Amino acid sequence: MRSVEKLRRFVSGDHASDALSSLMAIAVGLFVGFLILLFSNPAQAPAGFGAVLTGGFSDMKNLGQTLYFAVPIILTGLSVAFSMKTGLFNIGASGQFVVGAYAAILVGVKCTFLPGHTHWIVALLAALAAGALWGAVPGLLKAYRNVNEVITCIMMNYVGMHLVNYLIVRTVFDPLKNQTMRVAASANLPKMGFDAIFRVGNNVSGANSGVLVALLMAVVLWVILQKTKLGYELKACGLNEKAARYAGIDAHSGIVISMMISGAMAGLGGALLYLSGSGNGISVADVLAKEGFNGIPVALLGLNHPIGVVAAGLFVSCLTVGGFNMQLYEFAPEVIEIMIAVIIYFSAFALLLQGFLRSRGHRFRAKAASGAFLDAEEAKRE
Amino acid sequence: MNTVYFLVQQTMFFSVPLLLVALGGMFAERGGIINIALEGIMILGAFTGILFISTFQAQIPGQTILLLAMIVSAATGVLVSLAHAYASVNMKANQIISGTAINMFAPAFAIYVARMIGTVQQIPFVNEFRIAQAPGLGSIPLIGPLFFQNTYLSTYFGFLILILSHVALYRTRFGLRLRACGEHPQAAASVGIDVRKMRYAGTMISGALAGVGGLVFIIPTSTQFSATVSGYGFLALAVLIFGQWDPRRILGAAFFFGFMKTIAAAYSGIPFMQTLPIPGSIYKMIPYLATLIVLAFSSKQSGAPKAAGIPYDQGGR
Repeated sequence: MRSVEKLRRFVSGDHASDALSSLMAIAVGLFVGFLILLFSNPAQAPAGFGAVLTGGFSDMKNLGQTLYFAVPIILTGLSVAFSMKTGLFNIGASGQFVVGAYAAILVGVKCTFLPGHTHWIVALLAALAAGALWGAVPGLLKAYRNVNEVITCIMMNYVGMHLVNYLIVRTVFDPLKNQTMRVAASANLPKMGFDAIFRVGNNVSGANSGVLVALLMAVVLWVILQKTKLGYELKACGLNEKAARYAGIDAHSGIVISMMISGAMAGLGGALLYLSGSGNGISVADVLAKEGFNGIPVALLGLNHPIGVVAAGLFVSCLTVGGFNMQLYEFAPEVIEIMIAVIIYFSAFALLLQGFLRSRGHRFRAKAASGAFLDAEEAKRE
Repeated sequence: MNTVYFLVQQTMFFSVPLLLVALGGMFAERGGIINIALEGIMILGAFTGILFISTFQAQIPGQTILLLAMIVSAATGVLVSLAHAYASVNMKANQIISGTAINMFAPAFAIYVARMIGTVQQIPFVNEFRIAQAPGLGSIPLIGPLFFQNTYLSTYFGFLILILSHVALYRTRFGLRLRACGEHPQAAASVGIDVRKMRYAGTMISGALAGVGGLVFIIPTSTQFSATVSGYGFLALAVLIFGQWDPRRILGAAFFFGFMKTIAAAYSGIPFMQTLPIPGSIYKMIPYLATLIVLAFSSKQSGAPKAAGIPYDQGGR
């Protein structure tokens, strides 16, 4: 009885209407995607759409790929979400991502003197530090020079990209592949049995213990935001900086710390991607790291909540893997990005949808309450 | 002297698109709508404009088709910006979310459609729009080579829009009303201004200018369109903030940035810089580093419209 009551309270509560409006946005996005497939090739559309929906978990290999692709975007998603929670918009995750990735690869290639089981940990720490440093610059400029963080983040993206390209050529360049050298085996993240589980025969997925690191970080951020004084102060600055300052919170250092944590997450994301043992390196080209920008939709879809970001990252990654499978039916994988864009667009309507759902919920509860009242009145009369 | 001419001509190619798009962003933000979708709108504007050129290039002569393509791009931009305006004004949506959605949608859509039409994502076009020397004006000493040689119609269009923007913003009733809606919409509404209509207008202007900006960025710098404008929409956003939401300062910011970008792109052609032992990557960083440094020493006060990004609530105070 109690649990039923709890469930009912949850269903009519705010969390449920948040989640429900996200689900409705997802339904609309999938529907639009299906229409596009139908429009471009009616005969293949149902099969292609089936591949999108189930491709991400159709077998253990694909499930592993879903995990593998989810890790970097979960981290950049956490980066963006954390900054948003504290009233900042970190659009610089791309630059932080690439400097983090470079720092990790540098340690991975050069610091072979480190004992085996600490090598990858040091590499991850280096990425955290590099990302935090890259995030600190917009933070400092915002806090002490009142420069809008959006513009500095955009500039730092380009500075990071060009600097990393320069440093790669000077330090860890593989001219044959025009990318970074392979890191030492001990710098790669341990597989921890992921490769044994997520495979089909000899067809191994890229899944590795990076998933656990991503989950750990989500929990850490959640604890910081919900259970610590620091998190409380950062959120207070995000909600109303003047009020926070009046209450004695040091808003300046709050901004810097928040941007550093945010940057560290993006930097770690870069490390987890390139230390996954897939043999990929950072290629030397004048292109900003895509993963940084992909963190923005993941954060928004996850409602800027750390756990929501994990779910959103898995969801987006699952669709992406589904998109690869869809190519069997001769559809361009860009449909997936269109679908995600539509989902995000409609999730922006959440405010109105939530209001609608809530008022429906209230009306329903009011009706139920008045119904109970009438029943009681009637019972009294009899 | 030839080097100076070359630098000025090149600077125009980088600066004019930035100027156009940043001015577009200014109209949206002055009306109270943050338009982070500039990048996406540029991509879609360039996409339809280049597609138009590539399709009809055989039939229509050079400068005419450029003007028509600019209209196509502007119309595309307006159409896309309507989606943003609807979300931001009618649905009171978070404007960052809606803009991000458009930025994600644009390249995917451009690639998808291009592949459906022609199997590859690149759309080629023949650049027959360069004006080697404007008749009459081009032969004036000094000014001719600086401004009327090796140029495009879009350059003059950019300056025309700059003047129009300044007049519209500060010298017309529309501009005053638009600015009121970006500073304090409730106050604007209290004197009978239709805030929703003004915000729609601002966003649609930003869409038109961003659409054209995408086209005129691609034409001088490339011979094909590949669903990207190299982050220029975000740079325009930076120019807008750097320019403190004011047309004249935006002009300064766009040219500062465009000039730095030109030096970064063309340093090997400049005799004095060629000899310096500085690698190319460092030159490429200069525009961004210079902007950061200038900002750090200039932007203690922000001129951002106070109500930008906040959904209009009639009951608010």
